Amino acid sequence: MKQEPAIRIQGLLTQFGQNVIHKDLSLDVRRGEILGLVGGSGTGKSVLLNTIIGLRRPNAGRIEVLGQRVDDADPRSLTQLSRRWGVLFQDGALFSSLSVRQNVEMPLRTHTNIPPVLRAELAEVKIALAGLSPDSVHKFPSQLSGGMRKRAGLARALALDPDILFLDEPTAGLDPIGAASFDSLVRELQGALGLTILMVTHDMDSLYTVCDRVAVLIDQKVKVGTIEELMQDTHPWITEYFGGPRGRAAASARERVLAAR
Amino acid sequence: MARVAKSRVEDHPDLKLVQEEQGQRFLFSGNWTTAVLAEKELQLERALRSRSPTSEVLFDLEQVEEFDTAGAWVLVRAARQLDKTGTTVSLVGVDSARQRLLDAVAQRKAPPPPPREPPLPLRFLAQVGAATIAVFYDARALIGFLGTVTLTFLAVLVKPARMRVTSLVFHMQKTGIDALPIVGLLAFLIGVVLAYQGADQLARFGAQIYTVNLLGISVLREMGILITAIIVAGRSGSAFTAQIGTMKVNQEVDALRTIGLEPVEVLVLPRVLALVLVLPLLTFYANIMALLGGGIMVWTLLDIPPDAFLRQLQASVNLNSFLVGMVKAPIFAFVIALVGCFEGLRTGGNAESVGTQTTRAVVEAIFLVIVLDALFSIFFSYIGV
Repeated sequence: MKQEPAIRIQGLLTQFGQNVIHKDLSLDVRRGEILGLVGGSGTGKSVLLNTIIGLRRPNAGRIEVLGQRVDDADPRSLTQLSRRWGVLFQDGALFSSLSVRQNVEMPLRTHTNIPPVLRAELAEVKIALAGLSPDSVHKFPSQLSGGMRKRAGLARALALDPDILFLDEPTAGLDPIGAASFDSLVRELQGALGLTILMVTHDMDSLYTVCDRVAVLIDQKVKVGTIEELMQDTHPWITEYFGGPRGRAAASARERVLAAR
Repeated sequence: MARVAKSRVEDHPDLKLVQEEQGQRFLFSGNWTTAVLAEKELQLERALRSRSPTSEVLFDLEQVEEFDTAGAWVLVRAARQLDKTGTTVSLVGVDSARQRLLDAVAQRKAPPPPPREPPLPLRFLAQVGAATIAVFYDARALIGFLGTVTLTFLAVLVKPARMRVTSLVFHMQKTGIDALPIVGLLAFLIGVVLAYQGADQLARFGAQIYTVNLLGISVLREMGILITAIIVAGRSGSAFTAQIGTMKVNQEVDALRTIGLEPVEVLVLPRVLALVLVLPLLTFYANIMALLGGGIMVWTLLDIPPDAFLRQLQASVNLNSFLVGMVKAPIFAFVIALVGCFEGLRTGGNAESVGTQTTRAVVEAIFLVIVLDALFSIFFSYIGV
């Protein structure tokens, strides 16, 4: 059972009116891997993410998450399934009227009957895991910086100990130091909790340092592989992407890190 | 639910206590995960309570199937409790993955207690004080805003080309034409209600015909404008706040400033002017509809036909009654639009704030409209109109 992929997409078709976004798109995300999802603007990265987590129905195709169909799931079984994944939206999407701890407790309160004291402690465990200091527990989202909001959002995504974590541009809008520490946090959490992670990102450094494989959305389909494999690809967008100045800078940065080890 | 959980505890305990010569062995089995944690925690508590004190305890996780941070935390917590009572806890059956989980959750530090709140009487006093001061600050800010809007208006009067005509017409349509159905319906119903209540009371004195006087005077002087102003405050005043507030949240207002446009000129002035122009028209329309409703009621209830109704109406009201109502319209409109825009511009940076400000705008606008209406009544009775 462990062998089957965490997410399996087959023959996905997405279109808005006449505008076809994905056509016959197939993608497997293996268990326990961190897969980066990249692509130019308008190639439907966020749409793909929303389709996988059931916020949007595909026009055609089959999507399985953890062996269960998502594309034609009824609302109840989707709710059941959603307990097994956590989503970090771009700016954290924290509930602004709740404190950080209440935000993290929200999924626990909804899906379990854990008594309040233990629930609060579990929320604090997740907040510590996400790298926030204990005094941020009582703060409200408006009192947090962008980076802290992302960490709080991550703590909420982790609340139910999901099998899969979806991250939508986790390092966008962070300064390089904050982004790097968020990257290593993601890596650590993956190791400690055995998560499968699908992250939409534009951050070259994240791709090089965190992701096991990269899926490139291109021509309404995806090309998947390690960065080394993708560099061999002759598609102009991919060569441009990894061979451009930013790609080269990130690659040489990683080589330096590897050499230092 | 609770009963199911209980019977399962007895049938398939996932935690057994084994007495050994060294101490006790806690035999964990099954799943220790978030989904089933509530029940597991109860079992662990019970086991901890029922054990006889020993100096050593062994947590055996060999037979645990699934284990996550929630389960790990419960174990860490139990181990810490035992540690405090002087019992050493050792773990068996922990592979490297589980060890990482246990290490990860052990990072949790108890948060500082939430900020202490002062005792209730003191807090009450503080709140009353803060609210009182806030009223004065708000009033000052609103008067300041009134000044800004007036100055901007004068500046635009000097250079009429700066007036945003498209925006003005757009808001006139939104606040005026689009409000016709609801204003008309409510005014009509108010007319019906007034006529009905009036007829009921006046019939006792055999003075049914004076229902028309009551209807004419109260609709033209008070009810028409008041009902219209309240509907518009709830409909358009709130819309102004929400629109401008959302623009503030999206930093559109800041963007206007950086381009060199004055938000008051671009956003506030067209809305204020539109409402000032439109509310008198709406009021006139509401007056007609209320009289129509009252007239129909009088006809069916008291058998006063339309021609008799009109004759009686003409005898009871004069131009002044009508003007007293109409003269209030532009002033109420100005207050409603001003408050709506003012609260919109004071929106903070989040979604919740838009809601709070909208509520405030509607409440303040209706409050001010009714206070002004009372002042007008006093004024008119003083000058004898």
